[in-house]
Amino acid sequence: MSTATMTAPAAHQTARAVPSPLGGLLASTRAELLRLRKWPAVWVLAVVWLLLNLTFAYIFNYVAYATDSSGFSNEGVDPSALLPELLPAAIPSVFTGGMPMFGGAIMFILGALAAGSGFGWGSWKTALTQGPGRISTFGGTLVAVATVVVTVVAATLALDLAASVLIAVTEGQTLTWPALGALAESVGGGLLIFGMWASAGVLVGVLTRSPALAVGLGLVWSLVIENLLRGVGNLLGGVEYVTNVLPGTAAGSVAGALGPASEGDPEGAPGILTVLDGGPAALLVTAYLVIFAAIAAVLMKRRDVP
Amino acid sequence: MTNSIVVTDRLTKRYGDRLAVSDVSLTVRRGEVYGFLGPNGAGKTTTLRMLLGLVRPTSGTATILGHAPGEPGATARIGALVEGPGFYPYLSGRDNLRVMARYQGVSDRAVEDVLERVDLAERGRDAFKSYSLGMKQRLGVASALLGDPDLLVLDEPTNGLDPGGMADMRELVVDLAEQGQTVLLSSHLLAEVQEICDRVGVIAHGRLLAESTVAELRGAGTLLVRAQPVERALAVAMRVAGDDSVQLTDAGIRLDLPEDRAPEMARALVAEGLDVHEIRPSERSLEDVFFELTTDQEENR
Repeated sequence: MSTATMTAPAAHQTARAVPSPLGGLLASTRAELLRLRKWPAVWVLAVVWLLLNLTFAYIFNYVAYATDSSGFSNEGVDPSALLPELLPAAIPSVFTGGMPMFGGAIMFILGALAAGSGFGWGSWKTALTQGPGRISTFGGTLVAVATVVVTVVAATLALDLAASVLIAVTEGQTLTWPALGALAESVGGGLLIFGMWASAGVLVGVLTRSPALAVGLGLVWSLVIENLLRGVGNLLGGVEYVTNVLPGTAAGSVAGALGPASEGDPEGAPGILTVLDGGPAALLVTAYLVIFAAIAAVLMKRRDVP
Repeated sequence: MTNSIVVTDRLTKRYGDRLAVSDVSLTVRRGEVYGFLGPNGAGKTTTLRMLLGLVRPTSGTATILGHAPGEPGATARIGALVEGPGFYPYLSGRDNLRVMARYQGVSDRAVEDVLERVDLAERGRDAFKSYSLGMKQRLGVASALLGDPDLLVLDEPTNGLDPGGMADMRELVVDLAEQGQTVLLSSHLLAEVQEICDRVGVIAHGRLLAESTVAELRGAGTLLVRAQPVERALAVAMRVAGDDSVQLTDAGIRLDLPEDRAPEMARALVAEGLDVHEIRPSERSLEDVFFELTTDQEENR
């Protein structure tokens, strides 16, 4: 220690601790969780998804069943056949129904906002000068976004359970719980689908450094372009090999393998596919999730921060 | 352990064809307030960004507290406000600082301390987006102070502050300097730097033109003489001060002589029968030096 340091006042004798990579990751995760938890946009996205899920999976179908009418989501189906789908035992097959397309788009927005907004606000610049290294700091964002995804999936499960139990009790049905194995598969599938789309959102947010551009591009991709490509793929054999392994196809196939009726079926939800088998689809979704996050991390590590 | 907190060696940043920072070699010593001076667009902020590891240099090196820029060993011990405060608009000022406190691993108690310090404790609950420019700037300084950093990097900290706020900011920096805090402060306001900095580096067009103490840069005191006729007064001045120490300017004859030799000069002029209108001590302001340096460089380009 130099004399200059020793004569400095007490406040400056204890330097701030230099974090290890893991310590930095934990600190960054705590920081990101605090700011995501207090971000109204995150709550809006979560609530919109939960309402969407409740409405399309339970409310519409229950109303159709209860009034013995056929609504928009059950054209051509005998309303009385809707009830089994609304009971707790059916949760594993219903759980991921809205996830590949609608839920996925919402998780994409979450990821894009979480990673992309900081460039315009200058908050990345501030966060990256706090102490943890770049990878630790960005890793904190990834872990925090993953935590939000897990929380949303858990809330979806809780909501589905509550809705189905309420319907079962109202309709005087005996309560049959879903098989645990099937339920775990469904929840795992939901985590993969949401995780992949959130990870894609983070990547595009980092790439464009602009949440507005990232959200726009992501929605056009997931809602329009992939569907168009699949349409073209059905006509042209060569294109099919590509469209079969796109993120949306993989996510849709994970959901399709778990049981909800697929696109083209009369009561099918958009985005649910049976192009790939469950196992390969889940592997592909996992690979996309990891690759998207890894590319985003490399970009954050290497690029200059505005 | 060395006494130099920041050392750069020919630090250079090129954006395409444009050389933003060129061969900047500067040294900031422990415990000093270092003023980084230059007009807007001179390369001050880019240099500071390189020191913080936000921007990778095209060539050259920098060492901060013994580490490469951006390494946790360096950033964990620097508090920085660079090119305006960057915070989450939807969070309150206090919550923004709490987020930064978590990144640093320091307690929420430290947040209250720095909020008090920049006089924002009363408005700590309000959303950052509702703050005035000056309040945002103060929150940026509070964030830089968080965690008692060894080096404080403040980029144009008085931007957006009213005269009262500027005075408060100067006072804060002087306070910090008195406690032994090392401060690297960039500014285009010369008067501000002149008052509070121990040493300055002058940068223009990406090049460091001079680096020394404020006193050295301004040079020793000079005497300004106005006497008639000018030609004979000039001859007398050269005899008294030496040929190289006399300069004829618009304001009069400038002599590189200390103030206490003014009576001698007056006697010599009167002995020669000249009309003496004025003899007074005159110091070059940093502004004069700055314009001289930047004009020289303009001419050399």
